[in-house]
Amino acid sequence: MMLEIKDLKIGFSSESGITPALHGVSLSLERGETLAIVGESGSGKSVTALAITRLLPTPPAVYQGGEILFEGRDLLKVSDAELRRVRGGKIAYIFQEPSTSLNPVYTIRSQIAEMIELHRPDVPKSTADIDAEIIHWLDAVGINEPARRLHDYPHQLSGGMQQRVMIAMALSARPDLLIADEPTTALDVTIQAQILNKLRDLQQELGMAVLLITHNFAIIPGLAKNVAVMYRGKVVEHGNTEQILRDPQHPYTKALIACIPRLGDKRRRLQTIESIN
Amino acid sequence: MSTLAITPGALGAVTQETPGARILRRFWGNPIARISVVIILFFALTAGGTALLGALGHHWPYDPNLTNLDQKLLPPSLQHWLGTDNLGRDVLSRMLNGATISLTVGLIAVAVSLGIGVIVGAIAGYFGGLTDQILMRSVDALICFPTFFLILTAVAILGPSLINIVVIIGLVSWTGTARLVRGEFLTIRETEFVKSARVLGQKDWKIIFRHILPNASAPIFVTAVLGIPDAILTEAGLSFLGFGVQPPQATWGNIIADSKTYLLEAWWLILFPGFAIFIASLAFYLAGDALREASNSRS
Amino acid sequence: MSAFIIRRLALTVVLLFIISIISFFIVTLTPGSPYPWGELNPKISAEVKANFRKKFHLDRPLPEQYAFIMHDLFTGNLRSIKDDRPVLSRIMERLPATLALNFTAILISLSFGTLLGVYAARHAGHWQDITGSFVAFLFIALPGFWISYLIAIGLVKVFGVPILGTQSYGIDFPNAAAAGLDRLWHLLIPAIVLALGGLASQSRYLRATMMESLREDYIRTARSKGLAEDVVLYKHALRNSIRPLISGIGMLLPALLGGSVVVETIFAYPGMGRLGYEAVLERDYPTLVALNFVAAALVLLGNLLSDLLYAVVDKRVRLE
Ligand SMILES: Nc1ncnc2c1ncn2[C@@H]1O[C@H](COP(=O)(O)OP(=O)(O)OP(=O)(O)O)[C@@H](O)[C@H]1O
Ligand SMILES: [Mg+2]
Repeated sequence: MMLEIKDLKIGFSSESGITPALHGVSLSLERGETLAIVGESGSGKSVTALAITRLLPTPPAVYQGGEILFEGRDLLKVSDAELRRVRGGKIAYIFQEPSTSLNPVYTIRSQIAEMIELHRPDVPKSTADIDAEIIHWLDAVGINEPARRLHDYPHQLSGGMQQRVMIAMALSARPDLLIADEPTTALDVTIQAQILNKLRDLQQELGMAVLLITHNFAIIPGLAKNVAVMYRGKVVEHGNTEQILRDPQHPYTKALIACIPRLGDKRRRLQTIESIN
Repeated sequence: MSTLAITPGALGAVTQETPGARILRRFWGNPIARISVVIILFFALTAGGTALLGALGHHWPYDPNLTNLDQKLLPPSLQHWLGTDNLGRDVLSRMLNGATISLTVGLIAVAVSLGIGVIVGAIAGYFGGLTDQILMRSVDALICFPTFFLILTAVAILGPSLINIVVIIGLVSWTGTARLVRGEFLTIRETEFVKSARVLGQKDWKIIFRHILPNASAPIFVTAVLGIPDAILTEAGLSFLGFGVQPPQATWGNIIADSKTYLLEAWWLILFPGFAIFIASLAFYLAGDALREASNSRS
Repeated sequence: MSAFIIRRLALTVVLLFIISIISFFIVTLTPGSPYPWGELNPKISAEVKANFRKKFHLDRPLPEQYAFIMHDLFTGNLRSIKDDRPVLSRIMERLPATLALNFTAILISLSFGTLLGVYAARHAGHWQDITGSFVAFLFIALPGFWISYLIAIGLVKVFGVPILGTQSYGIDFPNAAAAGLDRLWHLLIPAIVLALGGLASQSRYLRATMMESLREDYIRTARSKGLAEDVVLYKHALRNSIRPLISGIGMLLPALLGGSVVVETIFAYPGMGRLGYEAVLERDYPTLVALNFVAAALVLLGNLLSDLLYAVVDKRVRLE
């Protein structure tokens, strides 16, 4: 098991005490596989994702218990320096809102170069080599004429392009695990499908594991082998995607699946997503 | 597991609390705020007590203006806790009178600047348009002036009396309040309850004073508290340069100014009054800052 | 970009006009008759008063008086009561020393204020932050004249180190470097004292804007990349707080120029502040009017320059 979360409990402190957000979340993910976390808004998906590399700001977050075993080590216990090697280098992130997740005052190049300089000792430190590496990744995520985009600022790109840059940045460190927290929610529906497609292709090419967070069950089949259903700070169902689709146990899962429009549904949006599969 | 830290009682208490009470509770929960309030109360009580005694014709421990050349430049002792100055006057007595002056200057100057700032800011923010442009560009221009020098110039021209000093300090330092109030007004006037008051045909000034100002009161109050030490420090600086409240009336600034030539022999003449200015200002600044933190919904 | 510059220049002209009017009002709008200090002050001789009335064109209506004063100021007809020299050239003589002192003080305020502000924001809510805030308010609450005095006495009388003026006299320096160091020292001490308050308010201001920046999504991205906390703070967060930092200079300058009256007086430093205090003591009204006007105009100019500079540096401003 590459990643194993055991009974993770997290709360948020406020004036009136600590409000729990995760009530003992357990998850596991094999090397090279994709696990989807699905659940309604506020169910604790993002908190779980951020907690894995302790990205939740403390305060207000309080880690109240549990373990996050990554390659056998508990990330809740490793030193800050060790954690920084894991962040980006072994576990990289893509977030929901690309327009605010990129720093507005630095160029695309500068933001990706940081990742490469930090986590890719195999890439020589010269400008030309780093540029070549960045261009390679921008090309890989489907950005046209990547060399001309290097010195653009984030605001000069569309939302879809920004998210591609985020993906290129995350992948450029060649992480073992990519955590994508609703990577397409903020994007146009047509672009959503392209991005998810790209992610799946790149995953297979690079052999990395993906933790895909979504509130939309419809996109999961074909993308993720396993799925974890979260509901009010708990994982209520965890297992093979097809099996859960066929035979959901928890009432909340049943409700979620009932909401998936069937093939041939008139709404275009979902046809597009179905067409991925 | 500590999942249920919130008890129903605690929740009830939180929901019933008014915004003012919430700010006060958070303010009082801050130890720095409590210490500052104690220091401010101490200064206020000594200043008030000295003024009251003076009005009744009494002095404690001595008459601040009683000169005694046999006892000049005495270091602190049991008779003169804080020593005597070059004319043999008791420094503690003079400092107590200085406290009265400093606090009076702080309070009245802030009242003046608050009055102007609130009115200008309210008019600019409420009416907007050209009125707003003219008023706010004037504010932009006024803040370019070297504040202390502008005050010094005006005091020198008009003459350094207590009333002139507080009015001039007030006249020069209202810009921050005006900007703040204008900003609050721009936000608040778009809210539903102000709009509905307008639809109901209420008079402009009534809307301003009944509906908008109370909602902006927390940040205005914070500015006011922070304005007090500004005024105290300004008056002390003026006194030091000889343009503060005039001798023989003692002020913290002029005790130091009068002792310029004896500084090396009589360290107590510069140390104690300066320390008083410093501590009083610090207490107000810290209290104001704690109040701002307490009224900040973000933290 | 050019639209931005034109708008910014137009605003500056408007503000300069308002500033000149406020400066003019300082001497005209005193309660009672115009110029009561000139008319009533027994210390001023009749001859000076007559001279004065003529100089300020008191027989004319107010707008004309204003026009005359502004005209006289720039043509050199507005002369000091003290030595009858044009006030503008008296002020210009002091300008280099003033600029040196204030520039040094701004550098100190900005650099140390930034360090302190980032430090406080990094440890927000913890004891380091509380201590940092306390130190900041300590500096703000220190009466400038008091601390100047304590430092001046300490250095001059106790340690025997000369600090008054712009350089030490009566000492033969072995070489130019030593003489330069001596001048630097004479500049640095008053600059540090002058900078204390600005340093502190800069740190408070920066702490607040840093706290805003640190809440942004891109900070989370930066952390998720495994960047060291210093890089996250100084590269990713601070760079986004440059704008408020620059407008912070605009807020700093008036306080510095005002504060330099006291500091320059105590350290016998020959800048505009000391000129101002001398003018106040001598009731040299033409100089007072001109000094207030020039100082405010300097602040305005400083703001204009920093805004334009920022627009050149940050491409996004031009799009706004
Ligand atoms: N910084 C925070 N402070 C306080 N509470 C928080 C914070 N972040 C998250 N929470 C709480 O934790 C719970 C889980 O939030 P989380 O962001 O994980 O939801 P989510 O499943 O990602 O939802 P969404 O689909 O809206 O992104 C919510 O109840 C939320 O209020
Ligand atoms: Mg989320």
